[in-house]
Amino acid sequence: MDVLLPILTMAVLGFLFSVGLAVAYQKLKVEEDPRMVAVSESLPQANCGACGYSGCRAFAEKVIKGDAPANGCPVGGSETAARIADILGVEAGEMVRRVARLHCRGDREAAKNRGRYLGLTTCYASHLVGGNKQCSYGCLGFGDCVRVCLFDALHMDENGLPVVNEDNCTACGMCVDACPRNLFELHPIDQNVLVYCRSLDRGPAAKKACKNACIACGICSRACPEGIEIKDNLAIIRDYKKIEPEQIPALEKCPTDSIGRFHKSDEG
Amino acid sequence: MNLLMMFVAAIFVQNYVLYYFLGICPFLGVSKKIDSAVSMGMAVTFVMTITAVVSWMINHWILIPYKLDYLQIVAFILVIASLVQLVEMFIRKISPPLYQALGIYLPLITTNCAIMGLALLASLKNFSFLETVIYGTGSGLGFTLAIVLMAGIREQLDLADVPEPLKGAGIALIVAGIMALAFTGFSGMIN
Repeated sequence: MDVLLPILTMAVLGFLFSVGLAVAYQKLKVEEDPRMVAVSESLPQANCGACGYSGCRAFAEKVIKGDAPANGCPVGGSETAARIADILGVEAGEMVRRVARLHCRGDREAAKNRGRYLGLTTCYASHLVGGNKQCSYGCLGFGDCVRVCLFDALHMDENGLPVVNEDNCTACGMCVDACPRNLFELHPIDQNVLVYCRSLDRGPAAKKACKNACIACGICSRACPEGIEIKDNLAIIRDYKKIEPEQIPALEKCPTDSIGRFHKSDEG
Repeated sequence: MNLLMMFVAAIFVQNYVLYYFLGICPFLGVSKKIDSAVSMGMAVTFVMTITAVVSWMINHWILIPYKLDYLQIVAFILVIASLVQLVEMFIRKISPPLYQALGIYLPLITTNCAIMGLALLASLKNFSFLETVIYGTGSGLGFTLAIVLMAGIREQLDLADVPEPLKGAGIALIVAGIMALAFTGFSGMIN
């Protein structure tokens, strides 16, 4: 009896409380949209804010309301977009992967040096004193971008220019921020024409500083007036989708090789 | 008069956080913003009051008559855990943002030693039913007072130039210590 009594007491107490909780649960049950759970589960749950909302949950709410597109999560990519679209029964929309691309071809051979630079070997330090090259827009070649890349997507080639490994690039934008001369830009991976120069110098001056500088001769913009324009002594791609494939060979007549097909392997 | 004295004493003199050093976990964890600190204080006050009442009933109507007072701790844990579950469901229903803001600290009220301490102290001091209710409410308000004051100070601290090694938890603990010192000033109010 001495053993039974405490056991019984606790059992009855426990039972009473659990009945109370069960009743309370029925009364206070929160009806959650089942799509909310499903969408939340397909998101990466990194709460990084790359979608522009304050976290994965906030994004999921907006998607269900229809305020955010199903492909709004850049981290999850097209796989996540497809899953969310599946849950909500909407079109996923195309999600083109983006990669970082360098807008300079002024390697050691092409670009002339101003003199001998003996300072700190970072782009940032070199940029503070005007850079080591004659061109004041081009790549400084000390690899600040390579050092900040967390995904092993950048390395310096033998001529002192960074090269992007597009398979590893996640378009995180670290290199874009790291470059003191703002030479990186994130492009859709299917954009295959690129202006490899950011120099705003006039033609002769630009050409003197670097063999591969854009001299704003206008060959490319005449070949494709829809997609390319010349502004401030520099060719600019306004809309790469308006450049027709048959116009690309004409672009390759560029006298300084500063515009062209991105993937050389696509040629031929 | 005695009850009023007791109420004031529970808030200021024998403040659970600053006198007994119980319930430090949410005191440091949820004291970053005043509004969530107020809500946390309310939740704890609610749980403390109801715990005090229910545990008094269980203690005096079941445990003591049947000489089962060694089961006090287990029985009180049962009471506290159920109550916290109730509060959690309630807050989730009423205000999802508040539920998110309190986060893990809400279910952690279950293991908050201030509440267990309250139930045990009330039974140790042999309070009557009315005294227990007053004591429970007062203690909860004392906790609320302490956490809200702390949150106010920490909101100001965010703007202050705190030395590098003391940033974050370091300065929070120092502030808590100074607050506890200040609260000992109330100890002359009762014997």
